Amino acid sequence: MNIEELRKIKEKMQKELDLRAGEKAVKVVVGMGTCGIAAGARQVMAAIKDELSQKKIEGVMVTQSGCAGFCEQEPIVDVYLPGKERVSYGKVTPERARRIVSEHILEGRVLEDFVLAREK
Amino acid sequence: MLDLSMHILDIVQNSIEAGATEIEIIIHENLAQNGLTIQIEDNGRGIAKEMRDKICDPFTTSRSTRPVGLGLSLLKEAAQRCGGEIEIQSEEGRGTKVKAFFQLDHLDRPPLGDMGETIAVLILANPRLDFRYTHQVNHHIYCLDTKIIREILGDLPLDSSWIFDYIKRDIAQGLKNIGAASFPKGMEVLK
Repeated sequence: MNIEELRKIKEKMQKELDLRAGEKAVKVVVGMGTCGIAAGARQVMAAIKDELSQKKIEGVMVTQSGCAGFCEQEPIVDVYLPGKERVSYGKVTPERARRIVSEHILEGRVLEDFVLAREK
Repeated sequence: MLDLSMHILDIVQNSIEAGATEIEIIIHENLAQNGLTIQIEDNGRGIAKEMRDKICDPFTTSRSTRPVGLGLSLLKEAAQRCGGEIEIQSEEGRGTKVKAFFQLDHLDRPPLGDMGETIAVLILANPRLDFRYTHQVNHHIYCLDTKIIREILGDLPLDSSWIFDYIKRDIAQGLKNIGAASFPKGMEVLK
């Protein structure tokens, strides 16, 4: 491990964190069961994280869940916006994952074509 | 599964599911013995004795929603395809160790895949767990340990973009430095 680089990153993080204290209100969950992983869930999660950091979006928690039983629809991504219904997307590619970040999370526009399910 | 890193991501999910707080991943490429060993060890709740014998059967699982569990059976299948085998040691209440052996230069041996992204995603999605990844090629060793990252970061969160990018970068560079080979010898053309 490059410890020197890590120390430099810590300094940068401390400066940034002062600007954005507070709870993470938005949650994005990627299915990481065997089916999800085989279908590309890891690449989807990496794309989500990368898009969030490129667009400098803060306050989004990216986490994982197990298999939900819709294996043929994997990779599945659930988006929880505060006060909104949960939206599940199916067959998410890294490209679609980036659109979920820039359109749904950032602008509140659901990508209707890829919605698998909604829940109040 | 396309590559070894995806198998590893999948097997680690079992450890997380078993309530582990510390997960160790060791990959050892032994060129002299033409072997590649993957070891995943956790301090989770372990596997009950009556479960252990049938754990690699695809129709065995601890979950109650569906009677299918493919993770270990897929890993076993992959190892056996490459002249290898898997070995599971577990003690209830103590943890589980899964070892998979592959013939390093076997033509069917899956490539290593993106270990940087695999470890980065695991830490991002499970920032409270500790992970240690050690990769050894002959006597050259690379190691990444979240306990060391935590020690340096103090109260700062592990699930930040800075750390995600750092982990990906550090592992890619580290594996390059020790000469970790993604593809079996002579198969690099597939890249």
